Amino acid sequence: MTRLLETRAVSKRFGGLEAVSAVDFRVDRGEVRALIGPNGAGKTTLVGLISGRLDPTAGQVFFRERDVTRLRAWDRVGLGIVYTFQVTSIYRRLSVRDNVALAVQRRRLRRLLDWIALDRDGLARDVEAALARVGLGDLGGQPAGALAYGHQRVLEVAMALALEPELLILDEPTQGLAAGEIDALCRLVRDVAGTATVLLIEHNLGVVLELASRVTVMDQGRIIAEGTPREIEAHPEVQRVYLGR
Amino acid sequence: MSADRPGLTLALHLGLLAVLGGLQLVLPAFHLAMLARIMVLASYAVGYNLLLGYAGLMSLGHAMFFAAGMYGTGLTIQHLGLGVAASLLAGLVSALMVAAVVGAITLRTAGPAFLIVTMMLAQAFYLATLYFNDVTGGDQGFILSGLGLELGGRRWALADPGVKYNAALIVFGASLLLSLWLARSPVGRVLVAMRENEERTRLLGYNTLRLKLFAVVVSGLLAGLAGSAYTLLFSYVGSTFAGVLYSIYPLLWTLLGGAGTTLGPLVGTLVMTYVVDVASGITTGYLIVVGAALVVMTLWAPAGIVGGIRARWARWLP
Repeated sequence: MTRLLETRAVSKRFGGLEAVSAVDFRVDRGEVRALIGPNGAGKTTLVGLISGRLDPTAGQVFFRERDVTRLRAWDRVGLGIVYTFQVTSIYRRLSVRDNVALAVQRRRLRRLLDWIALDRDGLARDVEAALARVGLGDLGGQPAGALAYGHQRVLEVAMALALEPELLILDEPTQGLAAGEIDALCRLVRDVAGTATVLLIEHNLGVVLELASRVTVMDQGRIIAEGTPREIEAHPEVQRVYLGR
Repeated sequence: MSADRPGLTLALHLGLLAVLGGLQLVLPAFHLAMLARIMVLASYAVGYNLLLGYAGLMSLGHAMFFAAGMYGTGLTIQHLGLGVAASLLAGLVSALMVAAVVGAITLRTAGPAFLIVTMMLAQAFYLATLYFNDVTGGDQGFILSGLGLELGGRRWALADPGVKYNAALIVFGASLLLSLWLARSPVGRVLVAMRENEERTRLLGYNTLRLKLFAVVVSGLLAGLAGSAYTLLFSYVGSTFAGVLYSIYPLLWTLLGGAGTTLGPLVGTLVMTYVVDVASGITTGYLIVVGAALVVMTLWAPAGIVGGIRARWARWLP
């Protein structure tokens, strides 16, 4: 398998706290990788460094063997690194359809001319397809802020998918969802995994075991274990830190 | 953005311009002169609204863009003897340059910081117009005379009320249609997105720094167009127009009419100008009436006049 993403000794310091300490982390193309660890382990910070939301204090980030450490978040999206927020971040006052349209439009804006004149019918078709894919087809006209919480999470994922990511980073996508909604989201992630590499931060171990091909465990800003879900389950250090046994 | 009705929208805007054009057949001279001035100032508000209503950036320094257009045009006529068309271009170029510099400086600010930095830069600009008063005429300013445009084999004197009215209409129409087109274009959509949630917009892959610069430059350019047109049509250049009051006016007009609506700036400028006109006939303390109008509006129509209409009756209004 070819390597898609690599961080080399990447660190992030917030004042006196080193949230991520010299982490070497690699993800291969086509896998579904879960990133687990207790609260405050540095998971969201690490993916923030990968997506470009945060600048590292030290170290480098490579994507498709290209050094992207200095690239801004929007340019990384252009390369195919797409992040979905842990705390739902949608345009609450815009309609569901407009939310997705902003993502679809980003992918279709290739030349300068597109910024002022875009194929409206093509855009509308892609938006409806993106909504149908996640099961929000009937809710397109509603303001996004009026959606039920579970639907807002799904909308967040729909916007990410509309960008056609190469690496999709999902930050605790099942947080606060009901059991039925979690099943639907798992089906969606499996579906996405056919075309994209997925990096999943997740607390729900059932979801991790069901979806992930490999699991990375973080604690106190460092990676403490990595392996298949079965290996991780049995790892003594993981049981001590993460499962509290 | 929701409930899109492009045909109706375009018809409404063109219809409004046609009504404004038709009014010159029925209105008395006094109101025509007033309306010509309102249309030029409304173009200024249209430019202001692009930044406040769509990109969500509140500036208190727009007078420097208006004045850049005014001085770019007025000074090149006064000192270089340029004609109307060339001096208009000079006004636009100077507004463009000022806006590009201000945009580059304010790029990394937002919210109150943006407001303060623009106000500070505008004050510096205002003081510069006073300091160089041997060139600019300072707060006395200077009067231009005999302005006219050679076009189609005849000379159009800009002091002529009919020419003035139609020139103002053309300037306003161009600004209005540009803002309508921008508001409905992909870039307008992204400006609204940036206003609603900047971080989400960055993580959708949009270069928000470049978008802000774009918004400041287009907004400043329209303000400069209005300033340049004001000079040409009302034959006066003076530093009053660079002062902070002329930065506050477009904010008030836009809020009154409805920020983030294409027609709000005209409605706001129209209502405010007439309220001031009527009130100043009754009392010298006419600003009290303006204040009362703003209080009423804040309480019952926080989205402005057109914004309120859109929320209640016409969701399709852009």
